[in-house]
Amino acid sequence: MDFDDTPEEAAFRAEVRAWLEANAERLAPGESNEGIAETRGRPGTIQRAKAWQAKKADAGWACITWPKEYGGRGATAIQSVIWNQEESRYRTPSNIFGIGQGMLGPTIMVHGTDEQKRRYLRPMLRGEEIWCQLFSEPGAGSDLAGLRTSAVRDGDHWVVNGQKIWTTGAQYCDWGMIVTRTDPDALKHKGITYFIVDMKAPGIEIRPIKQINGTSGFNEVFFTDVRVPDTNRVGGINEGWSGAITTLMNERASIGGGGGGPDFSALVRLAKETDWNGRPAFEDPSVRQRLARFYIRSKGLQYTTYRTLTALSRGTTPGPEGSIGKLVGAPLRQEMAGFAVDLQGSAGAVLDAPAAPQEGAWQHSYLASPGLRLAGGTDEILRNIIAERILHLPPDVRADKGVRFRDIPTGPRE
Amino acid sequence: MNFDFSDEQKFLRRTAREYLEAHAPLSVCRTVLESEAPYSEGLWKGVVELGWQATAIPEAYGGAGFGHLELAVIAEELGRALVPIPFSSSIYLAAEALLVAGTEQQKKAVLPGLASGERIGTFAHAERPGQHGPEGVETELDRAKLTGAKMAVPDGDIAHVAVVTAAGEHGSVLALVDLTGPGVERISAPSIDPSRSLAHLRFNGAPAQLLGGDGNGWSLAERVLDRAAVLMAFEQLGGAQRAFEITREYTLNRYAFGRPVASFQAIKHRLADLYVEIELARSNAYYGAWALSHDNPELATAACGARASASDAFELASKEMIQLHGGIGYTWEVDCHLFYRRAKLLGAVLGSADQWRDRLIQRLGQRSPDALRETPVESPSAAKA
Repeated sequence: MDFDDTPEEAAFRAEVRAWLEANAERLAPGESNEGIAETRGRPGTIQRAKAWQAKKADAGWACITWPKEYGGRGATAIQSVIWNQEESRYRTPSNIFGIGQGMLGPTIMVHGTDEQKRRYLRPMLRGEEIWCQLFSEPGAGSDLAGLRTSAVRDGDHWVVNGQKIWTTGAQYCDWGMIVTRTDPDALKHKGITYFIVDMKAPGIEIRPIKQINGTSGFNEVFFTDVRVPDTNRVGGINEGWSGAITTLMNERASIGGGGGGPDFSALVRLAKETDWNGRPAFEDPSVRQRLARFYIRSKGLQYTTYRTLTALSRGTTPGPEGSIGKLVGAPLRQEMAGFAVDLQGSAGAVLDAPAAPQEGAWQHSYLASPGLRLAGGTDEILRNIIAERILHLPPDVRADKGVRFRDIPTGPRE
Repeated sequence: MNFDFSDEQKFLRRTAREYLEAHAPLSVCRTVLESEAPYSEGLWKGVVELGWQATAIPEAYGGAGFGHLELAVIAEELGRALVPIPFSSSIYLAAEALLVAGTEQQKKAVLPGLASGERIGTFAHAERPGQHGPEGVETELDRAKLTGAKMAVPDGDIAHVAVVTAAGEHGSVLALVDLTGPGVERISAPSIDPSRSLAHLRFNGAPAQLLGGDGNGWSLAERVLDRAAVLMAFEQLGGAQRAFEITREYTLNRYAFGRPVASFQAIKHRLADLYVEIELARSNAYYGAWALSHDNPELATAACGARASASDAFELASKEMIQLHGGIGYTWEVDCHLFYRRAKLLGAVLGSADQWRDRLIQRLGQRSPDALRETPVESPSAAKA
């Protein structure tokens, strides 16, 4: 039992590090890159991201897990982890390509036509074109297959009408991948077709969603008679659900547990600096119990990641076990933030610097954290995944099974 | 990254599991629970013949000379089987205390007996409810005579030798006392888990030796408790995992409203949550095992995390076990209460999870906050490079 690389991993890490050292600036200790949430909307963000991606692509360090035929290097999962660890030590632009490169590209590789692979994968890898995912709808979230955005055949085109929601980056994307309803008379999962859509096409309207913390990381996308050529269909007509599953499986592999925000060390600092009746709150037994619980949980999660990495290092592929990270990490962030605000007593209600300690980081974290428990699979969906795919418990009894999509209830009936 | 047990250690696990499945079904635990016997002599004899108790004791003292990772593997399997034997008292506590604090002569005198299983050891600290730290120890070691009383000593009724916290001439001390000698009175105490016995000990000038220095007894005791906590965490983990497996199986086979109760989301989500708690406890226990086997200073906090996490996970598993079995789970004849009792007993013997959490914060408080920064995906080896 140790935390060391295998000789092969160490050699790979050295190779990665040598290239990064020659091509990027190392971050100072304790410094970290800003995430897309901070840099979004700032001038130059997209140009910087595209320039860095092109540089990586020229040297063969873009999308390293992709097969060689599509421009990758066929790297293993553990090599991908090593690359990400090393890249995060250098000053690099926010990654705006993850949804395309991590989820949609692999879907096209499995379900796309040869022409689609030729046309789209190379520019996606080089960061020349940016992609978004058009899945969720106002009436179809956890129950994605309940989607109602329609696509109707019109000669060699399809006409799309409806609304998508929670679309990251729609405002700057070139292409999107959309799941649509093409046969409402079929069973729920049998009438869905998957398309590539030009995000600059006429009839598409994009509106930012204002979140409860005041920022806008996502969009609503409205489709009004948007024409999509049949050559942009991914997979068979009414067979789009299997493509959507491929995309979602890759999403699970790429979504982490963290989510940014202040960490445990900041909480300890706050507890030491906050005065409770003349003593640091850190000395209060109730505070100590909560702090210890947070520490043990976050460490348990970190060591669970080590176990996952160990499995990857031995050649396994990432599985549903990754669900634990988000199911534990997201509520933990929310609880820590709530506790940190409570530590400040009535002053905790103040949102911003300079009155709120640590520049109001905990108040902001409290307002941001509910989203972590919803995005990329809610806590409840993650529990279902653990129960059904890891523990092999029976699936839920479903009211929509064997029913034509058109006849599935969508709300209370008189 | 190699944060797992080796193939050899996994082979040892398989061997241990096979032996215990054959020789320690839950009926062995139940037999002790329902009788006056303090432990299962038959199972203890079998384990001793296999030499598991000698695993981490160096060969120079009659042991097998393996490490604590091997001992952790065995501990987890013993925990799975709810073994009714004095393994933990003798090995995690007494043998570790000798290894941490004993002189060469003391190790040579005591460890071979513990390694061969001919003698049983234990550790005694608490003198009253709530006592956890070094304060308020009234037992005295004065000119090689021990006087005072300890309560709820695990296997105190059958052990031959005990390591006892006491007040010495210059402060706290550890005392090594022969429980079969003069001046020792044992009062058997009813246990919340009668498959594991307890006794109150009274020392009336019992002959005893100083174990370690005079004045640093409590820091030695803490080192012993840290080591025992990691090993005990594996026993607790094994118990939690077994309780979980039995419960999962039961909910799959129990039908209500025309379907297995395991198909109800109320049940599925509880089992998913329990699975997550056990996995977190497992990860914390692994880290403790790494720190223990490498003698790394991280053990001071890793032991607290392993212990609190495992205590909570086993207690939760045992409570969920009864709840998800429903009424039948509350009967004497079904095995749920064996787990419920054992979880609470193991959660108590080295001090409660709350007490270990307080110890954790005390130790973290001595570090700079910067040392607590999160490194979510990074391995220590990657971080240091």
